[in-house]
Amino acid sequence: MATVLGLYNYWIAIFLMMAGFYVVIAHGNLVKKIVGLSIFQVAVFILYISMGKVQGGSAPILAAGVTSYSNPLPHVLILTAIVVGVATIALGLALVIRINEAYGTVEEDNIHSQDEPE
Amino acid sequence: MQLGQHLPVLQVVIPLLSAPLCLLLRNGRLAWMFTLAVSWLVLAGAVWLLLQVLAHGTVSYALGAWPAPWGIEYHVDHVSAFVLLIVSGISAVVLPFAGISVAREIPADRVSLFYTLYLLCLTGLLGIVITGDAFNLFVFLEISALSSYALISQGRDRRALTASYHYLILGTIGATFILIGVGLLYMMTGTLNMQDIAVRLPAVTDTRTVRTAFAFLIVGISLKLALFPLHLWLPNAYTYAPSVVTAFLAATATKVGVYVLLRFVFTIFGAAFAFQVMSLGPILLVLALLAIFSASTVAIFQDNLKRMLAYSSVAQIGYMVLGISFASLTGLTAGILHLFNHALMKGALFLALGAVFYQLGTVQLTQLRGLGRRMPWTMAAIVIGGLSLVGVPLTVGFISKWYLILAALESGWWPVAVLVLLGSLLAMVYVGRLVETAYFHAPPEDDREVREAPLSLLLPIWILILANLYFGIDTSLTVGVARQAAALLLGVSP
Amino acid sequence: MLLSFLAITTIAVVRLRDLFAVVMLFGIFSLLSAAIFVTLDAVDVAFTEAAVGAGISTVLMLATLTLTTRTESPPRHGTLLPLLVVCVTGGALVYGTLDMPRFGDPQAPIHQHVAPRYLQDSPAEIGLPNVVTSVLASYRGYDTLGEVTVIFTAGAGVLMLLGAIRRRTACCDDTGKGGSAVNHNLVLRVVAKILIPFVLLFALYVQFHGDFGPGGGFQAGVIFAAAFILYTLIFGLAAARAVASPGVLRVLSALGVLLFAGVGLAGIFAGGDFLDYGVLASHPVAGQHLGILLIELGVGTTVAAVMIMIFYLFAGRTR
Repeated sequence: MATVLGLYNYWIAIFLMMAGFYVVIAHGNLVKKIVGLSIFQVAVFILYISMGKVQGGSAPILAAGVTSYSNPLPHVLILTAIVVGVATIALGLALVIRINEAYGTVEEDNIHSQDEPE
Repeated sequence: MQLGQHLPVLQVVIPLLSAPLCLLLRNGRLAWMFTLAVSWLVLAGAVWLLLQVLAHGTVSYALGAWPAPWGIEYHVDHVSAFVLLIVSGISAVVLPFAGISVAREIPADRVSLFYTLYLLCLTGLLGIVITGDAFNLFVFLEISALSSYALISQGRDRRALTASYHYLILGTIGATFILIGVGLLYMMTGTLNMQDIAVRLPAVTDTRTVRTAFAFLIVGISLKLALFPLHLWLPNAYTYAPSVVTAFLAATATKVGVYVLLRFVFTIFGAAFAFQVMSLGPILLVLALLAIFSASTVAIFQDNLKRMLAYSSVAQIGYMVLGISFASLTGLTAGILHLFNHALMKGALFLALGAVFYQLGTVQLTQLRGLGRRMPWTMAAIVIGGLSLVGVPLTVGFISKWYLILAALESGWWPVAVLVLLGSLLAMVYVGRLVETAYFHAPPEDDREVREAPLSLLLPIWILILANLYFGIDTSLTVGVARQAAALLLGVSP
Repeated sequence: MLLSFLAITTIAVVRLRDLFAVVMLFGIFSLLSAAIFVTLDAVDVAFTEAAVGAGISTVLMLATLTLTTRTESPPRHGTLLPLLVVCVTGGALVYGTLDMPRFGDPQAPIHQHVAPRYLQDSPAEIGLPNVVTSVLASYRGYDTLGEVTVIFTAGAGVLMLLGAIRRRTACCDDTGKGGSAVNHNLVLRVVAKILIPFVLLFALYVQFHGDFGPGGGFQAGVIFAAAFILYTLIFGLAAARAVASPGVLRVLSALGVLLFAGVGLAGIFAGGDFLDYGVLASHPVAGQHLGILLIELGVGTTVAAVMIMIFYLFAGRTR
């Protein structure tokens, strides 16, 4: 039972990751794939931030009278990762817009069938 | 102020700073010349660094003056110095070619943006190779990745867009896997510095978490370096990208991927864990052989030559990974050597195709009939590059294959040696098809005036071709450095 | 529990075909995760996730939807293989969790080696209460330079993809589309006129207060951009472009990176290492303050400029 409680956060994060991952690989709509990718990444962020939590700790902003802080390093890493994530999404969506202009669709199957007869 | 002492960081910061400067240059030609100058400067730095490493051993640089596990460290050893040289060298040769090629393939108002992204891509690749910090590696990986997506999407064919999109999706999945792996490692060791992780890992090595971290890192990196069967993004991306982009990325990006694999497997996890506990050897061996045979076979049936060479790249990555899978000194030497040699071959071949595209506007095999007489210098370069790809003596390709076979025999795996030879036969078939069409078929009916490519395109191609021949004969530099790098990774004396 | 809400939202995202709803749910997903980050003591991350995930990403996704399509076609492929891949991957991860230190355990290795120095020595070495800012801007400042470069790369990439061509639709007829619905609403305009200065002021506060509380250049940049996006939605693209023209944004996005990297080089010229702020002033701690102030400014500039630029490009694409 202690194991389940101690790992619950991680398991939920993994579930979310896999849901996002599933959307990316199983869905054919280019916009939805990007949404899935985002969810996948945010779930990884949750995993990282969960690692940094210390029971009974507080946010790592130093203050008098507080002795226990959560680990600031994962926060720093994830701040960077969030930025990287949004950069990827912006670029991906820009590509989707261009693909839509070139093909008139954002469904993978329709795009494939248009490119087939060369 | 000692500039030499800051060389490791300048190596990355100079292109990084140049990128925004380049964006401010509205004139495309100016942007090109600026990028060219920066790239040559970077090459000079890389040569200097390699000499320093050869003379004094590993160079370390603390960013922000914070000591290693607390701050980010730049760590240059034989392996990274060698790969730095490959990346900056290829860039320095490709850029002179870019001048008129990019001007033709990219709309004028986007040329300076194009070079901005090119510089960012160079920055990212250099940053990956030089860093000694696992998370910093992820950040620079994304810089190089995002800029490559944008560069690839600039191909003329609309399929460049979908190719770029797929690369973005798969590349991001790969990067996220790497992020998960790094996170798990950090969780178990409490540090992000690679050397420091390596020191602290043995204490926790026998945990399921570390094993999972290993698996995620290997899968993520394999996606990035296009190891079979995770190579699906590569053929389209290389086929539809602008000529210069294909040549640059084919010669550098996957090489950097292989470097990351080496770094994680040998420096961080250590050969003992990777090959004895996780039995990485047989897995890589099988995948490498599958890559060689399936991709070479597919290459034979391609009519688009860029696509043919792209599949050939997948096969060649197989050779590099094959060398690594032996986990022996000779095997690793062969793998690292092939990084360099393959960069020379594919750089030259893709540039030559770029020249064909510049003159013909197409790289379909059927359009190349009789081109041997009309573009003699370009086609001669393709023939020599192709022979190098096959592994004919006096070319670098032969040296790579020689060491690979040597490594296979040393490990007592003679069937693998036979398979390497058979793989070369397949390469002979697809190169042969190209040569036959260009030299032994009559030119097409509509007799357009097709002339030889201009000198500014031919010169870079031939520099690489001559390098193919030179390093195929005088191997003291390449084999020497590769052997030292391999010894360093394995922790044995060369 | 928040995590369970998240799980439910995610399942809905997977199942729904109406992309508009999917994107809205994604915004909610982001907000929920931001709330989780707060409970996990990561206030800076929460701030950023809310601004980026629920703000910028959602806006960009919506803009994409208006340009493409609202509904997803039903899948035609088997879902078995993806499901298998996901199960194997997820299984591997769960397997990996089994030997993990328990959640919140203060004895976990992650809290032992590198992190304690940040918490114990940063007051003397850097002198800022917000340890996240200290680590972000100084100890691992180079990662942040990389991060700004990533944003800059995205800006340049989107500009390359969506800039130029199709200009005919971009500038002239945006009374007809995009912000049209709210274009003539007087109340909205007045409220916005009052609200936007406050948002901008808040952005400046976040920019310079990041040393003490949560905040910093990145968050400030995003908020600043959000104010502009609001302005654009209400007053139209042409009006916004009159305030900050794409050319200016292009220059600003480059200047931010240059400022950051320039501070790094200043460290070298002052006799230290790259990004060594300690040598920038007579006293190391004063130098750290100066360095952090400047690089945060660089981050804020590039982030705001790139975000606004990307939004312009998306909005200007409207047909």
